[in-house]
Amino acid sequence: MDFLDRFAVPNPGPTIYASMVAIALTTIAIIIGLTYFKKWGYLWREWLTTVDHKRIGIMYLISAILMLFRGGVDAIMMRAQTAVPDNTLLGAQEYNEIFTTHGVVMIIFMAMAFIMALMNFVIPLQIGTRDVAFPRLNALSYWLYFAGAMLFNISFVVGGSPDSGWSSYFPLAGTDFSESVGTNYYMIALQISGIGTLITGINFITTILKMRAPGMSLMKMPMFTWSALITNLIIVFAFPVLTVALAMGTMDRLFATNFFTTENGGMDMLWANLFWVWGHPEVYILILPAFGIYSEIISTFARRNLYGYKSMVYSMIAISLLSFLVWVHHFFTMGQGALVNSIFSITTMAIAVPTGIKIFNWLFTLRKGSIVLTTPMLYSLGFIPIFTIGGVTGVMLGMASADYQYHNTMFLVAHFHLVIIPGVVFAMIAGLFYWWPKMFGFMLNERLGKWSFWFIAISVCLTFFPMFISGLDGQARRMYTYSESTGFGVWNMISFIGAIGLAIGFALIVYNIYYSVRYSPRNIPADPWNARSLEWATATPVPDYNFAILPEVKSTEAFWDSKIYGDKLFNKRIEPIHMPNNSGMPFIMGIIFFIWGFAFVFGLWILLVLSTIGIGICLALRSYEKDEGYYIPVDEIERVEKTGGKKK
Amino acid sequence: MKLKTSFLIGMFIVVMVLTGCEPLLVLDPKGPQGRTTANVIMISIWTMAIVVIVVFAMYFYIVRKYLASRQSKDYVPPYIEGSVKLEIIWTAIPILIVAFLSVVTVISTYKVESVPEGYEEEPLVIYASSSNWKWHFSYPEQDIETVNYLFIPTNRPIEFKLYSFGPISSFWIPQLGGQKYAMADMVNTLNLAADVPGEYSGRNANFTGEGFAQQTFNVTAMSPKEFDKWIRDIKSTAETLTEEKFDELLQPGHLGQSTYKGTHLEFSPPPENHHSKEPLKDNQEEIKNQKIIKDDLSNDEDHSNMKH
Repeated sequence: MDFLDRFAVPNPGPTIYASMVAIALTTIAIIIGLTYFKKWGYLWREWLTTVDHKRIGIMYLISAILMLFRGGVDAIMMRAQTAVPDNTLLGAQEYNEIFTTHGVVMIIFMAMAFIMALMNFVIPLQIGTRDVAFPRLNALSYWLYFAGAMLFNISFVVGGSPDSGWSSYFPLAGTDFSESVGTNYYMIALQISGIGTLITGINFITTILKMRAPGMSLMKMPMFTWSALITNLIIVFAFPVLTVALAMGTMDRLFATNFFTTENGGMDMLWANLFWVWGHPEVYILILPAFGIYSEIISTFARRNLYGYKSMVYSMIAISLLSFLVWVHHFFTMGQGALVNSIFSITTMAIAVPTGIKIFNWLFTLRKGSIVLTTPMLYSLGFIPIFTIGGVTGVMLGMASADYQYHNTMFLVAHFHLVIIPGVVFAMIAGLFYWWPKMFGFMLNERLGKWSFWFIAISVCLTFFPMFISGLDGQARRMYTYSESTGFGVWNMISFIGAIGLAIGFALIVYNIYYSVRYSPRNIPADPWNARSLEWATATPVPDYNFAILPEVKSTEAFWDSKIYGDKLFNKRIEPIHMPNNSGMPFIMGIIFFIWGFAFVFGLWILLVLSTIGIGICLALRSYEKDEGYYIPVDEIERVEKTGGKKK
Repeated sequence: MKLKTSFLIGMFIVVMVLTGCEPLLVLDPKGPQGRTTANVIMISIWTMAIVVIVVFAMYFYIVRKYLASRQSKDYVPPYIEGSVKLEIIWTAIPILIVAFLSVVTVISTYKVESVPEGYEEEPLVIYASSSNWKWHFSYPEQDIETVNYLFIPTNRPIEFKLYSFGPISSFWIPQLGGQKYAMADMVNTLNLAADVPGEYSGRNANFTGEGFAQQTFNVTAMSPKEFDKWIRDIKSTAETLTEEKFDELLQPGHLGQSTYKGTHLEFSPPPENHHSKEPLKDNQEEIKNQKIIKDDLSNDEDHSNMKH
């Protein structure tokens, strides 16, 4: 029985037992459902083995929404626990696990997956090409992400969740102070999905640099593509740091090395530095694609070209460079002295300049426009004022001397949520509503969409504004409770009410999806929003090969110009199209990586060796495999084009 | 518009609370360092308020004016590439604002990192070390040690030497000044001072695990006379801190307040010079010097011009 003891949860509570039951029931329901409806084959052929960027994008999207709800439930539990002083709803240990998983799930498995979803679906369409540069690697990226996400999520019911914060500072995260396997899960799950992200970065840089439609020079790319290019460059520079830091942390925990310990020459400060050398650029990995999405949506629904295209591009490049020069502001209080802190304060505040340029350019895109208040536009318009508040408080936090008072308080929590939620989450929802018709061939309900916007926008303010106040009143973050005499109670209660509002808003989005699947009309045009970029030049639903003829581009808004000025996009004749074959290998590798990670977490060395060999075999098989893909013949393409993209 | 009103109300509440009736701890400083940071915070809030007001004014004006529903049906938005002049303006103005805030930041950061201005007296050195989930305060000059509470004389600079027997902790007394990390492999210096007598709350602000929420301590600032009396009282009543007793104190958990004669610095020296290039010998010597000073202390009550 000793062997099985290690899989027990160290601090079981009713929530954990409930989720065990829920997980078991859901799994059984899915298996029975798939068998009953005879969908196993469909699932395997159309989804698990697909290398189509559109389908991979949709799988990322589903995963991201699932993770949003996992992280959201965590958030509600935290706000409920702190709503009143001396609350006993959750214990300290439960609370610590919950805020840790909330952070990791939301950043790594929700926000990252969401931007991957939109980049995967949109970028190849937007640059007028048929797929990403390495379709099979793209599938591998997804399955590694998925393996990492699943591994991280089972920690809740097998062995215990990580409990030392999403930043996982050593020595707290070391074996001395964190004995359970929780932090092993953190190290390994992030490592696996991080490899997936790094592969995506390489894949998209290659795609954007090498596969743009004829005529699309770099300065004629749509803004979302520009943001994706810069984001993926940041990924390629930043993620290796995380890979190394996680590897060192894993070795500290499992093989008794001393990189981050406080004895034998180890240095805990090294982890903090490495983590934030990755962690700060990571913030821009999330926000830059969001900026790209806003640029697309604002220009579409202001019915105007994007104002200051060039300065938008240069400001993103400036942000990406500065993002690597500010990491110390996450620990001004570590004692590096006034000189170092002054330098990093100035670089931090300098980021406000290019960000400000972008805000003013959006405002001037709206100026002289003709603003249509659709749901995606509402989210984009809501973003500007709320993000401005989040942004200026970021400048305040960047001032080292004042940061000594904000650091580790609810003020900081308020700041980063007011940047990430309007900045990233609003963009994700706006992008979801905007590109949904292209993905699925029907539109999401506008009335429900607007309701969800008002719920979410007002609730965000209600949830996070009070935290500025309680932070300045001395409430440290990550406290599972506080006494009544502190006076924090009223602010936390307001936050809790806001959090309920947020939950309602997100529930409305889900209900909207359900409602629209059932009732939304299916006979929509290929360009329902009267948009401006190339993804709208395709048929809906988008055929496997995207474009029967590759478009030719003369301006930044090629599709708009073709509609208004009659520029011809498709001039060549239809030729047979070369397509990649589906492959089960990425999925199988995902499963093996999951087993590999599980073995690593629990130190099951034989299983670890076996799965490592398995990974090696997969790589070798792929290296010696001859797969030339296949050609879609001309008459087949013509038939598909005639039926407007429908397959059969 | 609902959005507009909710923002205005939100802003109003924020400004009212920050400037208004019941002072927030950070904005109610009781010492020079806290006052400096509170001033910096208020400067930044007002500067940022101006930025926010300008952006919001532009935003609401533009969004209202250019709504499609307010325009004639045949209005066609013009194609405008951009404007170099305008773009230079909204690059230059933020640069000026950031430059202004940078000057404020650099000056104030140097200020709070050094001994408070206008304090002639030699700083009182207190070693503040954290262990899960407590704070230990050692007064080497006075040769006493307290757990979870801190008595300090007013109008005398205090030099806190911070380190940890466990995870990274952050030593924070909001009303006296900013926080700083206490870590196991380095000693950090934090300069604070109180110029108003009173009781203040202090805590660990950096997450350290299960008992983190209750890792707090009380600070009492009192006149130097009272402080000296307190020291004398303790010397006559408190028990001596032995190594065994200290090991007991270090066990993870929560403790009330307690007081001891002697400090743990002798048998459990702080990790000073841990990462400096100086050889370990210097460290040993320094500890020896401290011991000599302490021996002097017991003979000599007047220690205001003590070299440390």
